[in-house]
Amino acid sequence: MKEFRADLHIHTVLSPCGSLEMSPEVIIEEALSKKLDIIGIADHNSTRQSEVIRKLGEKFGIVVLCGAEVNTREDVHCLAFFESPGQLKEFQNYLDEHLPVVHNKAELFGDQVWVDDKGNILGEEERLLIVGLDQSIDEVAEKVDSMNGIFIPAHIDRPRNSINSQLGFLSPDLKVSGIEISRVANYQDVVIRYPWVCNYSIITNSDAHTPEDIGVAYTTYLLEEPSINEIKKALNNEDGRRIINVSLKR
Amino acid sequence: MKVCDLVEKLNLTVFCGEQGINNEVEGAYTSDLLSDVMGNVDEGQVWITLQTHRNIMAIASLKEVAAIILVKGYKPEQAAIDQSNEEGIPILGTDMETFEASGVLFTLLNEEKGKYGAF
Repeated sequence: MKEFRADLHIHTVLSPCGSLEMSPEVIIEEALSKKLDIIGIADHNSTRQSEVIRKLGEKFGIVVLCGAEVNTREDVHCLAFFESPGQLKEFQNYLDEHLPVVHNKAELFGDQVWVDDKGNILGEEERLLIVGLDQSIDEVAEKVDSMNGIFIPAHIDRPRNSINSQLGFLSPDLKVSGIEISRVANYQDVVIRYPWVCNYSIITNSDAHTPEDIGVAYTTYLLEEPSINEIKKALNNEDGRRIINVSLKR
Repeated sequence: MKVCDLVEKLNLTVFCGEQGINNEVEGAYTSDLLSDVMGNVDEGQVWITLQTHRNIMAIASLKEVAAIILVKGYKPEQAAIDQSNEEGIPILGTDMETFEASGVLFTLLNEEKGKYGAF
């Protein structure tokens, strides 16, 4: 088995708050230069940019996990990733069905376009993507679990949009694959403040909205090969796959 | 004042946890961030919120609140109902919005205090 570096929380041009520089090409270039093996594309409540990046990543030897950063009814942010394009499509339908219709004002929140591998605009999302779905965190977790996806409450140490800030703690009944601490977290402080985190695999990611932030925090996994299934095994501590290290932002 | 008095005076729905209907009400707290509620709600207070997730019951139980009032016609999720019935902490409901529910309750509790010369 080998060590692989993964940054599984990267926003693209599609997120209203994502820089317009965050095109597929730039993301893959940055991932290569930061020596990442695996990246995860997680725009707010949309998976529409991720497939293009996955295909581009294939050409350059970067494994791309496709998914989204879901905002639940309680305003809790959670990462969700899926194995196949079919599952991704199914989850996109679920997001479309449950995202309330609030029209984006691009001048206030930013543009929400997705692009091809050359940066040409393929489409624009008119609904504001940062709105909470009409689904509870339990319902989203169940949906992801039913599709064998990865489900990770994001930046649990943050004072907003985290499981801690919105819901006080993580209910032990909730099926999660692991938890993410933010890139600026102090690992020891998190463990002392929220002792329940020790019951889960803890990872960190950059939550990059700009190219320079890609890979400023990442997690090192011990895997047989860089793939979503191997990551899933590592999160579950299965068959010797595991998390070796979380590298927080220096 | 007891929880049942609030139910009557504010015309609240009792969803569950009826064993606690005679809990004494010492005051109230309004917040939707459970991290904030955990730190700031006091024992015996009624908690006004729009959160319906089962975690509300865990916090209510931890802090020993008198009852929870859900605003805007929200209904508790099933897991919250189950725990409410186990713990005897009622979950109540109103169609009022948070501002109005808090205002009405504030007035009611102050009148009550006034009656006994608390201020």
